[in-house]
This record gives sequence, structure tokens and C-alpha cells, in this order.
Amino acid sequence: MADSINTSKQYLPDGLGPDDLLDMYRTMVLSRTLDERVWLLNRQGKAAIAASAQGHEAAQIATVRALDPSQDHFLIYYRQFTVMLGLGTTPVELLSGFLAKEGEPMSAARQFPLHGAHPRVDLFSFSNVVATQLPHAVGVALADKMRNSTAVTTVFFGDGAASQGDTHEAMNFAGVHRLPVIFLCENNRYAISVPLHKQMPVDSVASRASAYGFPGVSIDGTDMLGVYEAVSAAAARARAGDGPTLVEVNVERLLPHTTDDDHTRYRPEDDIAGMKLRDPLEITRDMLVSRGLLTLEQDAALRSAALKTVNEATDTVDAMPYPTVDTMYDHLFAEGGAR
Amino acid sequence: MSQMTVIEAVRDAIRGEMRADPNIFIMGEDVAYRGGVFLATDGLVKEFGDARVMDTPLAESSLAGIALGAAVNGMRPIAEIQFADFVWPAINQVVGEAARVRYGTNGRKFAPLTVRVPYGGGVRGGLYHSQSIEVLFAHTPGLKVVAPSTPYDAKGLLISAIRDDDPVIFLEHKKTYRLVRGEVPDEPYTEPIGKADVKREGGDITVITYGLMVHYVLQAAEELARADGVNALVMDLRTLRPLDRESICAAARHTGKVLVVQEDTPAVSVSSEVLAIIAEEAFFDLDAPVMRFGPPELPAMPFSPVQEAAYMPSPEKILAAMRRLAAM
Repeated sequence: MADSINTSKQYLPDGLGPDDLLDMYRTMVLSRTLDERVWLLNRQGKAAIAASAQGHEAAQIATVRALDPSQDHFLIYYRQFTVMLGLGTTPVELLSGFLAKEGEPMSAARQFPLHGAHPRVDLFSFSNVVATQLPHAVGVALADKMRNSTAVTTVFFGDGAASQGDTHEAMNFAGVHRLPVIFLCENNRYAISVPLHKQMPVDSVASRASAYGFPGVSIDGTDMLGVYEAVSAAAARARAGDGPTLVEVNVERLLPHTTDDDHTRYRPEDDIAGMKLRDPLEITRDMLVSRGLLTLEQDAALRSAALKTVNEATDTVDAMPYPTVDTMYDHLFAEGGAR
Repeated sequence: MSQMTVIEAVRDAIRGEMRADPNIFIMGEDVAYRGGVFLATDGLVKEFGDARVMDTPLAESSLAGIALGAAVNGMRPIAEIQFADFVWPAINQVVGEAARVRYGTNGRKFAPLTVRVPYGGGVRGGLYHSQSIEVLFAHTPGLKVVAPSTPYDAKGLLISAIRDDDPVIFLEHKKTYRLVRGEVPDEPYTEPIGKADVKREGGDITVITYGLMVHYVLQAAEELARADGVNALVMDLRTLRPLDRESICAAARHTGKVLVVQEDTPAVSVSSEVLAIIAEEAFFDLDAPVMRFGPPELPAMPFSPVQEAAYMPSPEKILAAMRRLAAM
């Protein structure tokens, strides 16, 4: 896949225009600004926990843009700020999850942020147990295949989740039945503190795909256009009935695992220095500037607009009440609450 | 009406529901052309094809997880776990995931999923083909756990389970499959989940039980009436979560003497919960300390026939326990 990418400066993949590129970058900037705010709110004692998408933004927005939210399914994990913003979640909605406020749209603040089900598109995440979402995604795709739907199911997971048995079982079943699934691995090379070479004896997660009878591609996750092309190809394959694709996007985890982690305890200094050179926001900005689509002044204006949006969202969510205790009992069963 | 065994009633329920609802499908190991190792799904692949009676790889975690994914996307899967003893890899997908889908999404997603689990011993199954695993599921808010004992209840409760919009664990005692016969209506019907059933009326002592033990207790009750003139009320719980608190307490109050019999080991079990309910709500109506009877606290019954018989509750051992209670 990487070999086929056109590196010409003005090249655009099918389906994307210059305005789309700017819009995708704007979502990445908003995601980064919101992400930084959440960590600040954690340090202020307001947000109990946060994982970060910083370093994953280009891959996430490109994946979402290559798919069709009007029919497709998205099964996410906890690091997906940019996926959620790209699918139309608002900053107020996202922040209300981190501060666990009333009206939080995914789970009514029962779950950790980003978990539950989205009110407007088919995006969901049930669990903190990594890789449980892969069999769910395969089941969702199986149901689509049984009903002759053209929907594609994309399931996101990290390199850590790749070690779970559910990952193997899900990919195997999807391969046997040629199901319309995209396995989207965001490989940031760390399962909390455990580096890739202690997680697997191969260089890439994608190399496993051949064992399941479908293609695996390993690409640079800071290359927004490259990811868009890879996911577009995987989606076309799935919609044509040709089965799953494993797309591995190689990204950097710019922050520790969560707000409760300190990666200086286990990441070598040169590794930390190196990752900073692969910040997808800077890479995408430079790409846009070099194409004449963005000036540095426009970039500054775009960033201050994002900050204003996030400031307003913070004030709004700060003022929101917590859910009342009585709602804790709702929705255990179809017929009602606890029994 | 037809005479059916439990396994025929299970098959009859599935066939009728699959004819009525194209969203229902079966997935499991060996369920299609083999018809299931117990033949619960015998012949169904011929009628419905192997997309709706689907053989899966030998992998219980994804079996449960994939069924769950299909359920949240509009299907009504019936997942068959081949033996309860093999359900352990699926526990996370059932207890950790399926049970929390509706609650964890504040009602936006739900999982109309039935997990059929053949369980229980007395079949020379040894440590890994004899286990009673009901407590693992019965402890879990968000699950319903059903354990019928007769062909009539098996059909009516399985249809209720399949039509339920939330996950139901449907426990089928392997030894009842061909041992127990009874009258079963030919047309579909439902029995309510969450309702116990009095299988024998009696005024002297109350015995509460479920599964295969219902039949052992009924045998013991007949002998107790014949030999001792003591009449036992026999209650079949039928649903292990939610327990039918009202009927349990009514049965306890009716005689004032309660014995709970189960095939599962007693510590932290269904009998623990039943007796806690009685202690909370019917304590002042009791005439004797509550009693329970079950196997020794060992992992499961040994393979050796002598040791298996020593482990399993039997009508004779249950009769002895009933006599101890009646004498109080």
C-alpha cells in the first residue's frame, strides 16, 4: 500500500478536495486543544481520568473521512477523541464525559469517558477490557452480511489489544466468513509501559493478517492522506464482499498512557525525543502550508478559534449538574431498572 | 400435545421460533451438520441452511462476543456452548460485556441474546463434563438465568428467552435431556422468566430446588408420603435470576420448614441466596432452622462411578435430609 502513495505535492486522493484537507486539519487541532484541556482539568482535580489521542489525530480523522457515517459502524476504544469529533460529537458532549455530568450522551456518565453509544451515528464502545470490541465488531458485520447490507464495520484497537485472544478469534472468524470489517490497529508501540518487542516477535501487527486469509497493511499514521487511501481501499474491499482488511497505522503516543501514568519511568530519552519529531499536527500543517492551502497566520487563527470553542465548552460543562442518583437504576433491562 | 423429552422440547422451541422470525439464528460448535453433540439442533440445518445454523470455530470467547455483536445489530442469536464446562473462556464476553450493554449505553444499545448451556452431572462426565456453573451468571446484575427441569418448562421458557430483549443464560441439565418426558403443546407458548412453580403440593415441609434435582426431590417426596405420611411441597425455581422472592417466601410460610436441594456445591450458591431471602422476609414464620443439601465442596464430581455416586445428590440422600427436617 505504501508503495502506491503519490508523493507529488498537489496530489489528492479520490474523494478529497482542498477544503476537506483543511477541515480535517481543523478537527485535528480541535481534538488536540480539547485533549490538552482534559489533562488540565485532570490536574485541577475535575476530570478523574483521561487517556489521550495526542499523536493519533491524523490517522483517526483520515479513517473516519474514508468511511460513510450514514451507514457504517464504528467500534472504538478509549483513545478516540478525533474519531468522535470527526463523527460529529461536540466538544461539550465530550467534555461532559470527562467531568461526568448530567446529559452526557454516550452512557449518561455511567462509564469512563468515550464509552457507551453515540446518539447520532453508530459508534459504540462497551468496555475497558481491551480487545473485547473485536468480536463485537465481527458480530455486527455478520449481522450486516446476513441482511445483505452494504455497511462496513471498523473496529479500532491498540497494539496492546493485539495480544489478546479475542483479537485472534475475531480475525479468524472474520476471515472464514469474509466479513465486511476493517481492523484498525493504532500501533503506538507501547502497551502502557511494555514496548512492542516484548509484546510480539514480529515487526508489525499487520503481518499477522496473512494467517487469517486477508490483507494487512502497515502505514505511517502521521500521513493523513496515506491513511485515507488505505482505509478507502479497505472499505471498498469490504463493500464489494471481498472481506476484512487489517490496517495498521504507526503512530506516536505523545503523552503517557493516561493521566495516571508517567512515561519517563520506562521510555528512553531518545525515544521521547524521537516521537516529538512525528507529531501529526505539525506534519499535517507543514503539508498544508507546502501546498499553499494554509498560511502560518491562518494556522494561528484556526488554533485560537479552537481554544475559544474549548474555553466556552469548559464553562458550559463546568456549570452542568451531575446526574441525579435515581437515574443510576435506569436501563438495566428492557422492562426497567434493577430487579 | 405430544410426548417429548427435554431435548425434543428444546429443539421444538428453536424450530418454531426460527420459522417465525428470520432474525433468529444459531451459532455454536458442531451445531449444523452434527446437530450438536447432544442433537439439540438435529435437522435444523436442513430446514434453515448453514447461514442460520452456523458451525463456529472452537473458540467460546468469540462465540459469545460475536453473538453479542450480532444481537446489538438487530439479530436474535442463540449461542450454544457445547458443555457448561467450556464456558469459562466466554465468561468475560457474557458477564463483563453482554450483561452491561444496555446499562453501559444508558439504554441506547441492547442485546437480545440467548446463550444455551448444557450443564450438570451424573453422566460419568468427570471434572470437565459435569459442572454446575449457574452461580457465575446468577450473581450478575444484567443477566437472566433460567434452568428448567421439564419438557413443558424447557419449551415455554426457551421461547421466552429467545423473545427477551436482554441476554438470557439458558441452562439445560444434560441428564434430563433424555431421562425426562412429558406432555408438550405443539404450538409455541411462553412460560414467564422469574416465576417459580410448585411441582408438588404439601403441608408439612417445603423443598426448594431446580434442574435435575426437581425429579430426585419429587421421587423422595413420594416415598416420604408413602412411608412416613409426611407431605412435602416441592418448588421448582425454574429461574435462578431474578429469583421469585414472593413465591419462595409463600412456600416457606406455608410449612415453616424449608430445605433447599441443589446439585451445585452449597457455599455461596443459589441455596445461599434463597435462604437469605427467607431469613430476611419469612424468619418469624419458620418452625425449624433452614436446611440445605448438596454435594461436598469439591471442584466437580470424580469420573470413577463409585465416587461420582458418592458426590451426586440422590433421591435416597435427599429423602434422608427431608426426614431430618420433618423430625425437627
